Amino acid sequence: MAEGFDVKRRGFFGAVAAGAAGAAAATLPGSAKAQTPPAKPSVAAPSAAQKAAESEPLPAMEATLIKRSGSDYMVDVLKSLKIDYVATMPGSTFRGLHESLVNYGGNKVPELLTCLHEEVAVGMGHGYAKVAHKPMASLIHGVVGMQHGSMAIYNAWADHVPMLVMIGNTLPSEERRPGAEWAHSAQDNAAMIRDFTKWDDAPVSLSHFAESTVRAMQISTAFPQAPVAITVDGSLAEAEIAGEEPAIPKLGRASPPMGDRGALQEAAKMLAAASFPVIVLDRSVRSEAGLANMVALAEALGAAVVDKGGRMNFPSRHPLNQSTRAGAVLRAADVVIGIDANDLFGTINSYKDRIHRVSEPLTKTGVKLISLGTFGTPLRANFQDFQRYQAVDLDIVGDGETSVPVLLEMVRSAVATSTAREDRVKKLGAAWQTEYDRLRQAATYAWDESPIGVSRLVMEIYGAVKHEDWALTAPGTFLSNWASKLWDITKSYQYLGEGGGYGVGYSSVASLGAALAHKDVPGGGRIPVAILGDGDFMCAPSILWTAAHHKIPMLIVMHNNRAYHQEIMHVQRMAARHARPLAGAQIGTAITSPNIDYAMLAKSMGVSAEGPIDDPAKLGPALQRAVALVKSGQPALIDAVCQPR
Amino acid sequence: MRKITFAAAAMLLASPAFAADAPGDAARGKQLFVDQGCYTCHGFVGQGGPGLRLAPDPLPAEAIAAYIRNPAGEMPPISAKLLPDQGVRDIQAYLASVKKPPKLADIPLLKAGE
Repeated sequence: MAEGFDVKRRGFFGAVAAGAAGAAAATLPGSAKAQTPPAKPSVAAPSAAQKAAESEPLPAMEATLIKRSGSDYMVDVLKSLKIDYVATMPGSTFRGLHESLVNYGGNKVPELLTCLHEEVAVGMGHGYAKVAHKPMASLIHGVVGMQHGSMAIYNAWADHVPMLVMIGNTLPSEERRPGAEWAHSAQDNAAMIRDFTKWDDAPVSLSHFAESTVRAMQISTAFPQAPVAITVDGSLAEAEIAGEEPAIPKLGRASPPMGDRGALQEAAKMLAAASFPVIVLDRSVRSEAGLANMVALAEALGAAVVDKGGRMNFPSRHPLNQSTRAGAVLRAADVVIGIDANDLFGTINSYKDRIHRVSEPLTKTGVKLISLGTFGTPLRANFQDFQRYQAVDLDIVGDGETSVPVLLEMVRSAVATSTAREDRVKKLGAAWQTEYDRLRQAATYAWDESPIGVSRLVMEIYGAVKHEDWALTAPGTFLSNWASKLWDITKSYQYLGEGGGYGVGYSSVASLGAALAHKDVPGGGRIPVAILGDGDFMCAPSILWTAAHHKIPMLIVMHNNRAYHQEIMHVQRMAARHARPLAGAQIGTAITSPNIDYAMLAKSMGVSAEGPIDDPAKLGPALQRAVALVKSGQPALIDAVCQPR
Repeated sequence: MRKITFAAAAMLLASPAFAADAPGDAARGKQLFVDQGCYTCHGFVGQGGPGLRLAPDPLPAEAIAAYIRNPAGEMPPISAKLLPDQGVRDIQAYLASVKKPPKLADIPLLKAGE
């Protein structure tokens, strides 16, 4: 910092510089003047005007140095919130805050992360928060940066994940430079994301900034969690602080809400009296303690569990995990409880994508439905991520992980050890074993084929990491969920879950953020595993550069099936309805001619890579080499040419 | 698989006669399987995915035709205009040519409890 400088001294230095320039001009080699001896005395006595200038206020002149700007204070606010990272793609609308983060803040807590697209800068915060269980911030350029980053904000919104989005802006019109700065300023920058953020503000003073940023963090982390936005006015950030700085308010943390005890008691009675209770989970578990409680609840009830996969909610090989038999157990159910299950309707009804769309209940008539969660009442109306309305018999508003321990104690008091319960548990266990064996057998098909079968891909990866401390960072839907079917997933951090808004690109950007959070785990050594579809990855290939630049270890395996296969199916469906050629579905959906060389792409951004590999026998050894690189602290990529799904 | 067998058998009873034509050509069937996009849901060798497993040991061509003309599940109906019976016969021949996978017991990565 330029301590001790003030305008008067700067005026003096400016005058000296001007004098020196004049002197230099007067002593050019070869000039006649240069040979003239200097006049004496060398410093003339000050004139009356000079005397006046030294003793009177300076005339208006342009300031060239600032002692402490608003952006320095903004950094203090972020430091008070213990935000570890600010991910950004640079933009002029927040240049003051950018510089203050680096030079005033020392680039530590928060550390600036360099991203090459705003979707990455926002989306990595999504994955980070799901592992670290706290938000990071993204610093986004006004208007155009927001437009790039908005899908990633929507994904986080739909996935109920907290994040602080800071948006650059220049509000006062007279402060804007002509051209880009006008195009990148808005009356209300957060307007475009207001339908999928929980709260936002555009502070006009530093006091206002501190209060609103602290408030935003409190709101974002309160349940149901969601992104929040603060617009950072460039003129406020760049202006010198005049007078005393406002105090920074302390962050108040809102405790998660517990369901009403009376309602939980009623739920416990219903579940304990059920002849076939089913628990539906989605974004239900955040911690090891939460996972243990969920297992204890299922075991106390002898209930079948259907895990929808929004988070890692239940051990994959627990005999009560009946997720791949969801239809069978839901048909048998007489009481179903959804715990933080966003789409209960879609779970208990079948739905066929036919010309006349029809849904039919999977559950039998008279089934009792209970919902426990914090997002049963949508916060916003426009975007329809809240899914179809499902009437329930008992709707308990409360955080699942917080409420389950109380529900568990009530269930334990209400449930009686019975032969029927023991029989049910035995039957469910036998059904699980039969299903597990069936799935292992199903995985053998196409085992030796090229392109590589998806089950082979997923199991080769498991073989390479199963003795490590691994964590899956991307959803498994487009991999036929082979990992959740066959991997032994026992810890709450071992599966990041689905992405919320189904916005393509989520898997790649969230995996990067998740890998960063895994890197920070005390003790280190965790292996983040991102199995990424080529379509998803090509939305944000620059995650590779950010991973290399910031030395974020992660194993990236390309599920390279060279097409948007989900979309091929949709176009095929439409063609079939018209009895028009099915082959046309490849147009606009295939990612071929040319094929993308992902290994070359990775190497160009500093990431070690192998591929394309289409021989299944070569996949395992390549994965072993890649895991060794990841264990040494760097990202590595394997490009596996695969079957579709 | 059992489900589709029953469904296909039921359809077969109610469907128009399967056109008698030349025997299936596996090479042509393989090309059709790709061109018609069957692989997208069922995999290149009919191993299954979002769609059911079809191979090895596929259903008879008549049963496949009956099912795809009027499917009960998520599959879109495929009319004879898009895939004539001969094409179905060719695809069935291709699926019948798919070799059996290695035995489960011979794959260490799929060993129970691993």
